[in-house]
Amino acid sequence: MAGDALLTLDRVRVDYHSALGVVTALPDLSLTIRRGESYGIVGESGCGKSTLLMAILGYLGATGRVSRGRIDFDGIDVGTASREALARIRGRGISIVYQDPNAALNPTLTIGRQLVEVPMLHEGLDEAAARQKARRILSDVHLPDPDAVMARYPHQLSGGQKQRVVIAMALLANPKLLLLDEPTTGLDVTVEAAVLDLVNELREKYGTTLLYISHNLGVIAKVCDRVGVMYLGELVEEAPVRELFAHPRHPYTRRLLACVPRLDTDKHETSFLPIPGQPPALAARPPGCPFGPRCAGFEERCAAGPVPAEAAGDGHAVRCLRWREVDGFDAGANEAVRPAPVQPETVLEARDLSKVYALGNAFFGMGATRQLVANEDLTFDASKGEILAIVGESGSGKSTFARVLAGLQDASGGKLMVLGQDLSRLPAQRRTLEQLAAVQMVFQNPDATLNPSHTAGFSIGRALRKFGIAKSSRDVETQVHELFDMVRLSPELAHQKPGRLSGGQKQRVAIARAFAGDPALLVADEPVSALDVSVQAAIVNLLLQIQARKASTIVFISHDLALVRHLADRVVVMYLGRVMEMGPVKSIFAPPYHPYTEALLAAVPVPDPSVRQKHLRLQGEPPSPIDVPKGCRFAGRCPRRIGPECDATPPPLRDAGGGHFIECHIPIEDLRNAAPVLGPEG
Amino acid sequence: MLRFAARRLASLLLTLVAASFLVFAVTEFSPSNVARKTLGPFALQNQVDILYEKLGLSDPLLVRYTRWAGVLLGLKADPLQDPALNLNFKDPRGDKYFGNFGYSTLYKAPVNDVIWSRLGATATLAGIAFAIIVPLSLALGVLAGMREGSALDRTISVFGIVSTSIPEFASGVFLVAIFVVVLGWLPGTSPLDPGSGWPIWSQLVLPVAVLVLYDAGYVVRMVRGSMAEVMNKGYVRTAFLKGLPMRTVVMRHALRNAMIAPFTVILLQINFLISGVVVTEMVFAYPGFGRMILDASLFGDIALIEAATLIALTIAIATQLVSDIGYALLNPQISLK
Repeated sequence: MAGDALLTLDRVRVDYHSALGVVTALPDLSLTIRRGESYGIVGESGCGKSTLLMAILGYLGATGRVSRGRIDFDGIDVGTASREALARIRGRGISIVYQDPNAALNPTLTIGRQLVEVPMLHEGLDEAAARQKARRILSDVHLPDPDAVMARYPHQLSGGQKQRVVIAMALLANPKLLLLDEPTTGLDVTVEAAVLDLVNELREKYGTTLLYISHNLGVIAKVCDRVGVMYLGELVEEAPVRELFAHPRHPYTRRLLACVPRLDTDKHETSFLPIPGQPPALAARPPGCPFGPRCAGFEERCAAGPVPAEAAGDGHAVRCLRWREVDGFDAGANEAVRPAPVQPETVLEARDLSKVYALGNAFFGMGATRQLVANEDLTFDASKGEILAIVGESGSGKSTFARVLAGLQDASGGKLMVLGQDLSRLPAQRRTLEQLAAVQMVFQNPDATLNPSHTAGFSIGRALRKFGIAKSSRDVETQVHELFDMVRLSPELAHQKPGRLSGGQKQRVAIARAFAGDPALLVADEPVSALDVSVQAAIVNLLLQIQARKASTIVFISHDLALVRHLADRVVVMYLGRVMEMGPVKSIFAPPYHPYTEALLAAVPVPDPSVRQKHLRLQGEPPSPIDVPKGCRFAGRCPRRIGPECDATPPPLRDAGGGHFIECHIPIEDLRNAAPVLGPEG
Repeated sequence: MLRFAARRLASLLLTLVAASFLVFAVTEFSPSNVARKTLGPFALQNQVDILYEKLGLSDPLLVRYTRWAGVLLGLKADPLQDPALNLNFKDPRGDKYFGNFGYSTLYKAPVNDVIWSRLGATATLAGIAFAIIVPLSLALGVLAGMREGSALDRTISVFGIVSTSIPEFASGVFLVAIFVVVLGWLPGTSPLDPGSGWPIWSQLVLPVAVLVLYDAGYVVRMVRGSMAEVMNKGYVRTAFLKGLPMRTVVMRHALRNAMIAPFTVILLQINFLISGVVVTEMVFAYPGFGRMILDASLFGDIALIEAATLIALTIAIATQLVSDIGYALLNPQISLK
C-alpha cells in the first residue's frame, strides 16, 4: 500500500445556512485517505456521510458551506478552487457512484450519449474515439454486448445493469479517487454481491483509490482496508478493517455491531443490543462527546468539551474518554428477549395456493394468452406462536402471497386456511370483523401506512372502535395508551401527526395499530428494511417481545437472510413464485442446501472480515415471471444444473428429514455433501 | 405509431357523434323552436305552426338528429332551403353537399358562410398570440427554473403570478386607457375592417397583448416549476459532477426533461385561444369564433352551435393527438401502441 495521502481533510467544518439559522453538519472532521487504499465510512442516516462526499466534490448546493478547514485533494484545495479547476477535479480527479442508479441516469438520453460526453469533455476525444473507450469500459464492468447497451435508454436496463453503467461512467474519466455512496442499497443480494465483486476487481485493475460510504457493516467488511465510524458528523473511531471488527473500542461502534444480525446465531442464543434513544437533531448537538446522551458509560466529563482522538492500537484511533473501560460498562445484556415457544395448534395453512395474472391486450380485452405466475403451488403452514419467514429476491412472489393473505387480492387456485376458514378468495371487504381482526399487516414503508392528516393515536383508535374492542372515548384513550406503552412510545406522541415522528417511531405506531385487534396472524412485509440498523434492532426486539407475550403467529417477509436467521422459527425460500426449499431455520442455513439458497447465502455481506465465505455467484438476472420455464424455475441460473431434465421436468420435492424439504433434481445425499457456505478462516 | 393514430381517429369520430347528439338533445330544453326563430317574433302563430309541420319538428328527437346528420353528410337536402317554404334561404353551394352545416337562423345565412370567416379571424389572433406565448414562456420559465430562488427567478415568478391574476377585461381596459385614450397610438376596437381608418395589424396589437399577458404568466409558471424540479434531479447532479459546465448541463440534460410535463399544457392553450377568448373578443369587438358561439347560444341557433361544437372538438382532439405524439417523442419511456 502506498503511504502518501491523496485526500486530506484538515479540521473541516461544514454548515448549512437556512432561514432558520445555521446548522452544522460536520463540526470538525479530519481524515486522510492514502493512494491506492479503500477507505470505508460507516454510519446511520443523518450522520453526515453524504455531506462529506458533497464537500469533497465542492457541490454543497446553495445553502452548504465549508466554513473552516481545508479539503486537499492531490495538492489542490477544493474549497478555494476556481470553477474551472473544480470542473477538472470532478471530471478527472474524483468521480462518484450514486446510491440510486435510477435517479443518476438521464431518462431521455441513451446510455451511449451519457457515457461519451465524459471523455469528449475531459480528454478532448472525438466521438468515435470516445465511443471506443466507452465500449471498452462497458465490457470491463461485464456488461455483455456494449453496443446494444449504448443504444438503449436507462429504463430498458435492470437495476444491476444500471449500476454497472454508473460505475462505468465514473471510471471513464480515469479518476484517482472513486467515491461510492451506498452503491448497492436497493439492489437484490445476489446483484449486490456481483457489484461488490466488480468494485474489488476494478480496484485491482486500475489501482483506483476508493472512499466507500455505507450503512451496511457487511458491505464495508467486504471491500474496505480501513474504516471510519461516523456519528453525528464526527469520526468516533477509525481502524484497519480487521482490527475494527475484532476489537471495536467506541461504545457506538460496539452497539452498532451488536445490532447487526448475523448468519451464525439466532434469537435463542443472542439478543440485539439496540442503542437507547434517538440521535439528536443536528441543530441540538450535545456538548462534548456526541454519543454521550445515549451512552451507557456517560460521565460528566464526557460533556465537558471536544473529545480528542486517542491511539488504541496500530492505526486505531478512538474518540472516547473511557475506551479502556468500555468492556466494563457496555457488557450488560440488558435487553434479553425470551422468544415464544411454538405451540401445536395450526393457524395458517396454504394448500397448492396459486395466483396467476392474465396479461390481456388492453384495447381488445381478449386473447389473453400470456400469464404472469406470481405464486404457484404454495403449500406450507404456520403454528401458533411461530415466526414463519418467507425469503426471496424481488419478483419471487413474497408480497403477492401477503396480499392474498390480507384479502387485497384473490387467489387463482388452492386454499388458504386461517384458523380453519378458507380466505383464499375472500376479499377484505367481504371478510367478517373477526376474520379481519385475525389477520393484520405491517408494511415496509411506515410513511405510506399512516394517514398524514390524522394523529397517530387516531389511526389506532379507529382500529379499536372498528373491531369493537373499545366503545367509549375513554376506553379508546386507555387502550391507545396501553398500546403505546406496549411499543414503548411516550403516550404524548399519540397526539402527533405522523409527519413529526421518526421512521422508527412510525413503524412502532404501525405495529401498535396491527396489534390493536389482537390478531392471531401478523403479516409483516419487510417491516424493517427501510430503517437504520440500530432502529431495526430495536423494532425486531420489540416484535419478538410482543409476539412472545401474545403468542401470535407472524409471517415475516424479508430479503435479508441474516435477519431471518435471527428471528424466524421456520423459513420458506421462494424463487419466481415457487417454493424452492423450506424447513426449520437451522436446517436452511446448513447443508443440504437448495442451490438457490446456497447462492443467496454466499452473496450475503457478512459483517466479519475474518469469516471465509464460499464464492458462488449467480449469472444474469432473475428471468421474467411471464412465461416461466417448464422445468425447474431456477435451472437457467443454477450453478449446480445437472442436465436437460432440469429444464424439461419440474423437480421432485425431496424430504431431507425433520420437516426440511428441497425441490431439486439433485438427490439429498449429494446436496448434503456440499461444504458449508460460511466457515472460519483457514 | 400509425395504428395509434388510426385508433385515435376512430375515437375522434365516435366523440363527434356523441357530442353532436348531446348538443342536439340539450337544445331541446331551450324555449322556442327553429320555426319561430326562422320566422322572427312578429310572425303569426299559424305560420309558425305550418313551418313546424313542414320541417317535421314534431318528429321524435332521434329522427330529427338523423335528419340533421344526413344534411351534414350530404345525403339529404337541407329542408330550410326548400323553395316551397318561401323563406328565401339560399346556399350558393346548393342544398345537398358534404359538410352542409345547415342554415344559421341568427345570421340568416348558410352556416358555412358565417363560421369559417369567424374561425379564420380567431385563428389569426390565436396564432399570433401562441407564436409569442410559447417562446416567451419557455425562455422565461427556463431562466427562472434554472436557478431556483435567484433574484431573476423571483422577478419572473412574480410577473407570472401578477399577469395571470389580472382578468382579461381588466388588462384590456388598462391597455386601452394607455394606448388608445392617453397615447392615441392604437385603435380601441378591432372589427378587422380596413375601412375603419386603422391598418389591420394595428387592430391586432391590443387583443394579442391581452391574450399574451393573461396566458404567458400561466405557462411561464408551469415551465419554471418543471425546470426547477428537473434541476434537483439526480441525473442533473450527475451531469454537474461529471464536470460539465452549466450551459451543457441545462441544454443537454435538463431542457428536454423539463419540457415533458409542460408540453401538454402548452398545447392545451390552443383550445383556450380558439374557443375560450370570448372576453377579449367582446372587449375589442373582435369578430371572432368565441363571440359567435356566445351569440348563437343566447339566440338558440342550433345549426351554428352544432357546427361550432364539432369544429372546436376536432381542434381539441387534434391538439391532444399532437400532444400525445410529442410526449412520446420527448419521453423515450413512453411508446405509443
